[in-house]
Amino acid sequence: MRFLAVFFNLLEPFFRQGQKRLGLQRVAWLFVGPNLFVFGLFCFLPILINLIYAFTGGVELMPQSRPYSGSENFEILLHCDSYFDISTCRKDIFWRALLNTAKFSVLQVSLMVLFSMVTALVLNRKIKGRGFWRGVFFYPVLLSPVVVALIWKWLLQSQGVFNAGLVAIGSAPVEWLTQSGWAFFWTVFVSIWAHMGFYTLILLAGLQAIPNDLYEAAEMDRASPWRTLTRITLPLLMPNLIVVLVLAAIRAVQVFDEVFVLTGGGPGSATTFIVQFIYQTGFAEQIHLYGLAAAASMALALILIVLTLAQLRLTRASEAGQKGR
Amino acid sequence: MRNLNFLLLTRGRNRLHWTDVLSYAYLVVGLFTMFAPVIWLVMSSFKTEAAMSQFPPSFLPYTQKTVQVEGFPKPLPLFLVNKVDGTQQEMAQVNRMGIVANMVDPQKPEDKLQVNVRQREAVNSLSFAWNNYVDLFGKFTFGTYLWNSVFITVIATVLTLLINSMAAFALSKYNFAGQKTVFILIIATLMIPPTIILVPVFLVINQVGLLNSLWGVILPAVATPTGVFLLRQYMLTIPDELIEAARMDHASEWRIYWRIVLPLSAPALAVLAIFSVMWRWNDFLLPLIVLSKNEFFTLQLALNSFQGELNTQWHYLLAMTVITLIPVTLVFAFLQRYITTGIAGAGVK
Repeated sequence: MRFLAVFFNLLEPFFRQGQKRLGLQRVAWLFVGPNLFVFGLFCFLPILINLIYAFTGGVELMPQSRPYSGSENFEILLHCDSYFDISTCRKDIFWRALLNTAKFSVLQVSLMVLFSMVTALVLNRKIKGRGFWRGVFFYPVLLSPVVVALIWKWLLQSQGVFNAGLVAIGSAPVEWLTQSGWAFFWTVFVSIWAHMGFYTLILLAGLQAIPNDLYEAAEMDRASPWRTLTRITLPLLMPNLIVVLVLAAIRAVQVFDEVFVLTGGGPGSATTFIVQFIYQTGFAEQIHLYGLAAAASMALALILIVLTLAQLRLTRASEAGQKGR
Repeated sequence: MRNLNFLLLTRGRNRLHWTDVLSYAYLVVGLFTMFAPVIWLVMSSFKTEAAMSQFPPSFLPYTQKTVQVEGFPKPLPLFLVNKVDGTQQEMAQVNRMGIVANMVDPQKPEDKLQVNVRQREAVNSLSFAWNNYVDLFGKFTFGTYLWNSVFITVIATVLTLLINSMAAFALSKYNFAGQKTVFILIIATLMIPPTIILVPVFLVINQVGLLNSLWGVILPAVATPTGVFLLRQYMLTIPDELIEAARMDHASEWRIYWRIVLPLSAPALAVLAIFSVMWRWNDFLLPLIVLSKNEFFTLQLALNSFQGELNTQWHYLLAMTVITLIPVTLVFAFLQRYITTGIAGAGVK
């Protein structure tokens, strides 16, 4: 408390001065200044520097000592002798990461929407202790990605409880995290487990905003439950569904930490995704290829821009559709 | 189609409909799926190193009983032996060669017996290996990791609240040229996730001289668009008359912010504080590139480097994981309501 008072007294004369010089309205710049400074230094400036990196080569960190290399970084990333065979690409690991990310995103997002939708519908029913049940599904959202990965790594290790279960029912144990198919399955499963509660919450908020008399009217008209779902619940939930769909997609494309700790991207490159590729090329490997990493991050940015535009389009379309109804 | 019924009704009947049963079944399965892995981890963290490598694993932390037998310097492990005559007896193992074990009767050390290892079972007793936790503080630099995490979380949260509430104040209670641009600029940063500017952020942190410094993790993320947005929306609801009245009394703008607007924004500040604590405590990618020296590791980084070692010491790793999830679990237990309403309201995380 004393510290706060000292802090207040220190800054007050400074702001009084500013007020005298700038006037009553423009003193606001002093308030928004620190924020803009941090954003400028760690967000807007980096966006510009990223461009420089993407078009320069070498291993130097300082932009001015990096030789201009034109589109070489992009060529390295994108060139393939045959586009039907990934192993002929110059950076086949990039293509694999891209393909894995696409596969992961489609699977994870569709399952995520499905499960969080079902959960939200169940939670929206007249159930006892809704707050408690909502919390149950939300708890893993709060856990750190590293902790989430370690929890599942411990369950899935070769002597873990899953294999104990398999042995108990008489089948052979499975190396869950070192067989590529299973490893991929578990990255999808674990990320749904960890984030489902968040999307459930958004959908539940949407469901609770639907006026109850609509359902009463539907019941009076003897509408079948299926019809009630497709004609009342889903259309009215559309804005929330779009938010969930796009947020989930934006996050799925950037999947990194859980998988990095759970499988390390392996076995081989079976669970290597784009962000891990960027991290490895720029930071983890012996030679830090910042240019290549920056070029790859621009590919990622492109995907994210497309997703964001899609969201705007979809939102507008659904709003227009509701007005027309 | 009919199976979908239970998902479609929003209001149950007075008596328990079969769809209600199905709903509760779904919820119970959910409860198990969400919590069982965590509980399993917590129970496992109390196992001794030996108990951890046992297969199949047990839920409760059992360890083998040992007895002190006369004539042997160390306590010997206790087994239940099926004797040839069909009776069972608890005996201590002296040593083991291949599939044959030399056993003695703990009461009569001269009573020796050679047994096939399949003819005996370990005698277990429940015991919690608190040492997994105690050792963390003695053997490792665990205290340093914990301190680093706490320091980053606390300082970053205080700064986040200060900087973002100042910006929100400027954007909600003033009317200056360029205000709209500033607001849009700040909100636009929502579109730029840290993952796509990883390399240049690293450069900036390096140039500012914050590489391998806790401040290098704290500062880049203290300004958050989410925070500005959340606080601005809340401050818009504070009546302007209050501020006008204060100006009449010749209060400085800083005093108005500090003494009037900030205290009145307490509920929104609380929500942002909770978010900030979660973000910082759980942060991984930024610390991963900024902090490469062991003495600056946060808990998350320490966990990651521990699990990556060739011989993972699971008994310490799990204890460390449990300590890492304690604060988050406490926040969840006491503040769950605020977090969930915060997310439902703003759609942010």
